[in-house]
Amino acid sequence: MTAVRRGLEPLIPALRRFARALSRDAETADDLVQDTLVRALRAEHLFHGGDLRTWLFTILLNLDRNRRRGLSRRPTLAVIEDVDPAGPPASDGTGRDIARGLALLPAEQREVLLLVTLEGMSYREAADVQGVPIGTVMSRLSRARSTLRAHIEGERPQLRSVP
Amino acid sequence: MTDAPLTEDELHAYADGALPSDRIAAVESYLASNPDAAARVAEWRALTSAIRERWGAVADEPIPERLLIENVVMRASGLRRKVAFAATIALMIGAAAGWFARDYFSAANDQQMARALADAAIEAHRLYINEVRHPIEVRADEAHLLPWLSRRVGSPVRAPDLGAEGLKLLGGRLLPGSRGPTALIMYEGTGGERVTITATRAPRENQTAFKWRASGEFGALAWFESGLAFVVAGPAERERLDRIARRVYAAYEVAPDRR
Repeated sequence: MTAVRRGLEPLIPALRRFARALSRDAETADDLVQDTLVRALRAEHLFHGGDLRTWLFTILLNLDRNRRRGLSRRPTLAVIEDVDPAGPPASDGTGRDIARGLALLPAEQREVLLLVTLEGMSYREAADVQGVPIGTVMSRLSRARSTLRAHIEGERPQLRSVP
Repeated sequence: MTDAPLTEDELHAYADGALPSDRIAAVESYLASNPDAAARVAEWRALTSAIRERWGAVADEPIPERLLIENVVMRASGLRRKVAFAATIALMIGAAAGWFARDYFSAANDQQMARALADAAIEAHRLYINEVRHPIEVRADEAHLLPWLSRRVGSPVRAPDLGAEGLKLLGGRLLPGSRGPTALIMYEGTGGERVTITATRAPRENQTAFKWRASGEFGALAWFESGLAFVVAGPAERERLDRIARRVYAAYEVAPDRR
């Protein structure tokens, strides 16, 4: 097994988690992960060291952008229902609000926020994944957070602190 | 601690635990005297917790079979060998009928694309198989059939031997398509039944499993592979079409580059 193959395996759970939050649909998310892994393996000869995790997330984001471009050409098919059965029950408002709030963000902002919070990436790593300067990551992160803050406050006047 | 003025970026870094240690004291003393900023930082952290709570557990789920590394590796290496083959299948669709020219590839996902393509192929199949005199443009015994289709489609187009399924190659035809010409290859069985294979360029390098569609007496299996979209259409006998589609695959695997 090559180094890339060995390196891929432990990253699969995180790729699934990120793809799920990004697409909000379990099937779509696993499709994205599968395409990402296949693509990475087919291009492994192009990977000369560097950060494997960053590279994989970059591939995944590119595939997701292609997917969304496809969706946007067909507006009638673009409605993504929040049908993720793995999510918390609707009675717990928090999870649903977060998912709905994320869906309101421009894609680049949603991506940065999830890379930093869900995946715990450094700003430098998030910048590498998106292929932008760190300053762009910071401004996207800042805008994402203020939009979500306004959204959550709008839905729930008193923001509950999350333990 | 240094005395550089505080920035919004530093507040984010503090909330994310990414602040250099020599700035932590400065930020904390700023927050102590700025309750608004402190509240914002607390909310950002609450948001991070909520996101992790919402999706964190996905990483603990058992990994689905298709994402196990052995299966992904197998898939990735199989695809490389199949690149050429796929094109093999090109088929024919009614030249006059422009319906393959509709943009099926704008569908939201591969499943919908495959379904739309399969439906189109069934329609074309229905149209052309009843054509007794001119079901095809170029007969199988004309040496330029495959080179011609390959050139027009832009990938090697091949016509696998389907003798084991009782099918004999009749010939091929070129149809208009939204991504360039679509190749159609037609076979005829001992009972006079006809089977068509179409190949056309797909917009993305997607791979999908076979998707089955049936409409009345006809059925079709569609799949995407290496930037090409393939459909096998014929009488609605799923098992037989399934075998035929697999033969196309297999034929390609043993002779990836032979024309």
